[in-house]
Amino acid sequence: MPEGPTFAQPDASALLLPFAGSRREIAEYEANGGYASLRKAVGMTSEQLVDEMIASNLRGRGGAGFPAGKKASFLAGGAERYLVINGDESEPGTFKDREIILRNPHMLIEGVLIYLWMIRGTAAYIYIRGEYAKEASILEGAIAQAREKGYLGSPLLGTDYVPQVYVHRGAGAYICGEETALLSSLNGERGQPTAKPPFPAVSGAFKKPTLLNNVETVATVPLIVEMGGASYAGVGTEQSTGTKMFSLSGHVRNPGNYEMPLSATYRDLIEGKGGGMPEGRTLKGFVPGGSSMPILMPNQLDTGLAFEAVVAAGSMAGSGGVIVVDDRTCMVRFALRTAEFYMHESCGKCTPCREGTRWITELLRKLEAGLGREEEIDLLLDICNRVEGNCLCVLGDACAMPVRSHINNFRSEFDEHVRLGRCPCPDDAPMTELYPPLMRAPLPLVTI
Amino acid sequence: MADLYTQIQDEIAKYPDRRSAILPALRHAQEHYGWLSPEALEAVADGLELSPAHCLAVASFYDMFFLQPVGDHVVEVCTNLSCALVGSDKVLRAFEQELGVVAPGTSADGKVTLRRVECLGGCGWGPVVSVDEDYQEHFKTEDIAPLISELRATPRPSESHA
Ligand SMILES: Cc1cc2nc3c(=O)[nH]c(=O)nc-3n(C[C@H](O)[C@H](O)[C@H](O)COP(=O)(O)O)c2cc1C
Ligand code: SF4
Ligand code: FES
Repeated sequence: MPEGPTFAQPDASALLLPFAGSRREIAEYEANGGYASLRKAVGMTSEQLVDEMIASNLRGRGGAGFPAGKKASFLAGGAERYLVINGDESEPGTFKDREIILRNPHMLIEGVLIYLWMIRGTAAYIYIRGEYAKEASILEGAIAQAREKGYLGSPLLGTDYVPQVYVHRGAGAYICGEETALLSSLNGERGQPTAKPPFPAVSGAFKKPTLLNNVETVATVPLIVEMGGASYAGVGTEQSTGTKMFSLSGHVRNPGNYEMPLSATYRDLIEGKGGGMPEGRTLKGFVPGGSSMPILMPNQLDTGLAFEAVVAAGSMAGSGGVIVVDDRTCMVRFALRTAEFYMHESCGKCTPCREGTRWITELLRKLEAGLGREEEIDLLLDICNRVEGNCLCVLGDACAMPVRSHINNFRSEFDEHVRLGRCPCPDDAPMTELYPPLMRAPLPLVTI
Repeated sequence: MADLYTQIQDEIAKYPDRRSAILPALRHAQEHYGWLSPEALEAVADGLELSPAHCLAVASFYDMFFLQPVGDHVVEVCTNLSCALVGSDKVLRAFEQELGVVAPGTSADGKVTLRRVECLGGCGWGPVVSVDEDYQEHFKTEDIAPLISELRATPRPSESHA
């Protein structure tokens, strides 16, 4: 029988998940200090809470790294305001929000309740990707327990404010992780991004002012309330405070999620936590923050995990999904698998993304099949340059940036495919198949 | 099983705007009908007071809605980067051989639909296979034969995690 997920042991620096195993029961969570931050927060005003968030300098954990306190301060006023939690987690290489929900669901619920109180929100919706069926039922269970304890669905801790929290399941679409697409989806439309402005802070869920944050961002809120923003900001670097979850996968001895202070480096993560490469293999490169980010090379292992450090190294920290690639791996196949994903997930709204992701994929498939021509490698780079920066949302860039980095860093490997007219990689190289494009389900033949 | 119309009304109650209940409504309908047949879409449209065309437009956007009949069980194999690096292609190929189909496809006995899917969010525990929405991590080709014989002997799950 296949085993389930394996959770890493935390070390002394862990703040978010400082225990082994899981604490799904509310009694267990409360016995370890859970919901004390909610009590503390209820004694504070909205302004005080926003100030603590600003002092913590917490940067959003969903990918863009936008300061959470500043975002909260932008929320427009109004009688009806909503909180939306982004649990769509679909960027290849990323599985950290899932571990937070599996191991510490009440920390997320407590964060949601503190945030709801802070904005006196009408309700909160946790948008969780549809495939996370088990995680959705764990959250439903945690919400039911919190309701029974009187933390939601009834006046909160002696106030007259009544918080409401709902789980909203997606149905399989990566683009619904992009905030405006998520809101289209929640509003009952196809999950396509919309132009900003209007920003969600003005018109979001149900066209009302909406505060939208990632699961990990909100799960960190109880910690900030407990520690105080200033002491939270003492962990990590000046521009990237606190600890953050990193998802480690690919060719490492010990893959898994690891909570790291943002002052640590990729070497600490990959070699320290991950145990380095499997026996007999050497490092070819590593994707630092989900498959949409440019790859970094072995000589960049000492790059810091902090947002600013990854940018200085020529990539981005993104979602924290770190994919480690060993020397056997064919980078044309790696680029192809990356491009195929973004082609499949393009919502089709704008031309550079819809057509560009398809052409990038087609040219890479041709190259891998041994049918590519030298000038097509430059054509690929040209398409990447034309896609990047020219799309409504950054899904187009998410395809163009990594593919360009794979070509530029491993150009001789791409050239070799043309020169030999075949893939030069050995038979035991990972990724053995060239698949036909994944299509969405065809429309039914019957008219309705 | 509660009737579909009532289930949809219960979902509507969670939102200030009934349109927002479309994903849960489509999910319930798919559980009732096995797939989103024209009648299933009519039932969703009826429950939400929206047009069937709108329901189809929304349903066709998402990978988890079936607009064609599927087998009693659905097996999905992730072949995205992290899983592919640790051998998911071989797992998919072995599933295809065991079932005698090419993904996406349904075994001749109508029991199992096999699909290749994008990242499922279990990348460090790959290869990841989702069986009727239940994840199985660290999946090995040896796990396939016992799984398939178990699925062949089990009826369609009626309400998964509802
Ligand atoms: C294509 C695309 C996919 C995204 N997917 C996710 C996701 O799965 N989860 C997430 O939290 N943010 C995702 N984001 C980022 C969100 O748009 C948004 O910035 C984030 O949820 C805000 O939360 P934060 O400020 O707490 O980071 C995605 C962005 C893009 C462009
Ligand atoms: S960039 Fe791609 S995913 Fe984003 S709106 Fe345009 S077509 Fe849709
Ligand atoms: S790549 Fe397979 S679960 Fe993420």
